[in-house]
Amino acid sequence: MEAIRTENLVKKYKDKTAVKGLDLTVHQGELYALLGVNGAGKSTTIKMLSCLTQPTSGDAFVMGHSVVKEADQVKAIMNVSPQETAVAAKLSVRENLEFIARIYGCDKKQAREKTDQILEEFSMQEIEKSRAATLSGGWQRRLSIAMALITQPQVLFLDEPTLGLDVLARRELWSVIEKLKGKMTIILTTHYLEEAESLSDRIGIMAKGVLCAEGTAAELKAKAGCDDFEEAFIKLAEEVNSNIR
Amino acid sequence: MRMLTFASRNTKEILRDILTLIFGIAFPIVLLVLLSMINKSIPQGYGPDLFQIEKLTPGITVFGLSFLSLFSSMLIAKDRTTSFVLRLFTSPLKPSDFILGYTLPMIPMAIIQSVICYLAAMIFGLEFSANIFLAVAVNIPIALVFIALGLLFGTILSEKAVGGVCGALLTNLSAWFSNIWFDTAMVGGAFKKVADCLPFSHAVAAARAAAAGDYSAIMPDLWWVIGYAVVLLVAAIAVFSVKLKKH
Ligand SMILES: Nc1ncnc2c1ncn2[C@@H]1O[C@H](COP(=O)(O)OP(=O)(O)O)[C@@H](O)[C@H]1O
Ligand SMILES: [Mg+2]
Repeated sequence: MEAIRTENLVKKYKDKTAVKGLDLTVHQGELYALLGVNGAGKSTTIKMLSCLTQPTSGDAFVMGHSVVKEADQVKAIMNVSPQETAVAAKLSVRENLEFIARIYGCDKKQAREKTDQILEEFSMQEIEKSRAATLSGGWQRRLSIAMALITQPQVLFLDEPTLGLDVLARRELWSVIEKLKGKMTIILTTHYLEEAESLSDRIGIMAKGVLCAEGTAAELKAKAGCDDFEEAFIKLAEEVNSNIR
Repeated sequence: MRMLTFASRNTKEILRDILTLIFGIAFPIVLLVLLSMINKSIPQGYGPDLFQIEKLTPGITVFGLSFLSLFSSMLIAKDRTTSFVLRLFTSPLKPSDFILGYTLPMIPMAIIQSVICYLAAMIFGLEFSANIFLAVAVNIPIALVFIALGLLFGTILSEKAVGGVCGALLTNLSAWFSNIWFDTAMVGGAFKKVADCLPFSHAVAAARAAAAGDYSAIMPDLWWVIGYAVVLLVAAIAVFSVKLKKH
């Protein structure tokens, strides 16, 4: 069974088709990066896969469960770190983590234990009593990701996890994400080329709602006939532009 | 269980806001103390009857409850505009968990608010009687009107608009049409008719009757309040559910 499989997934907004017939497959345990410029349809794809929004047509399967027909099962086994930091401002770091653990069904004791563990993994013990609103952007993002991980999801969606962070905070988050590799299936979206190149097992390039190329960074470079990943990205994404026009 | 976890988070989020203490507790008590002191300094029989502490206190507790709309609508609107709500929507929380989680914490808050207000009034001359417990109980359906308004406005308005509508407009309207600060019969005409159709003056009348032990006078006014509470709650739940599906 594949971790994710989408079948001709389409999302139309009133006057705009954000995702145009996506066929995507992500293997279990893989870190898959959806790479594309702003407006390519990455967040919309994540929203459909995480049952936040219904596809206009088509379907997607998360660990074999349909996001259209079996949303409850999908919700129980996956978690998301949304594009914008999503933390409860007036709760402390610990309270945020315990809150999420408990709405996913942990009792008090389990929630506390899981929180202890994740605080350690994310080196956040020193700030566990701080209110989320008082943390820096980088630490809020880190908390936001920790909140997605505390439920031990089989599939984790990270929508632009390092957007708006400074270089140091980004590198720190990369090392956090790297440690997660292999433990679960991760779908990460980004418009930072180096992020996709350095973190992921496979990369899917999205442009204008379409998946235009897929493979490891090396395969994509070979496909485009470039040595440089940036060159390859531009070339592959451009092809779609000219096809669609 | 999930619902209670969510409710507890909402309680913390509201109680940790300093505005809650200022508007929910401090402001009503300051008004109560000021007005009863002014009233005491006026020779017996000359001050406005409305500001006798026996009449003033039930009214002020109802005024205090009007801020519940502000607290709950602010929280809901804020949750809607941040991506925190996206996180909740991808979690196993059900629509009923959301609605109960946002409304239930407001009820103990309403009770505590009313109790504190009556306690403060006792320090300033209100005589203790068992009827005060009844008055606190009568405040519960009254609180439901304000809680439902909070759920409704928090669901449809933006965070900014909510401050204006619930913070300024609603608290003022409910004060003008309440008979707490002046007798709407003195204004008369259309003003009084509006006041009689809205739930606020009935709420204050029921609370006063309860506090005074005038039992037969409670229900006629309280039915108005209960009617409004039911209609507004149903409307709020319907609007909330539709909005939730749209997401
Ligand atoms: N709720 C919405 N209503 C209308 N259009 C939307 C909505 N969400 C996204 N879009 C449009 O869909 C396209 C894809 O957006 P998005 O998935 O957010 O892209 P990305 O995450 O790759 O930057 C954009 O053109 C965006 O304007
Ligand atoms: Mg996006």
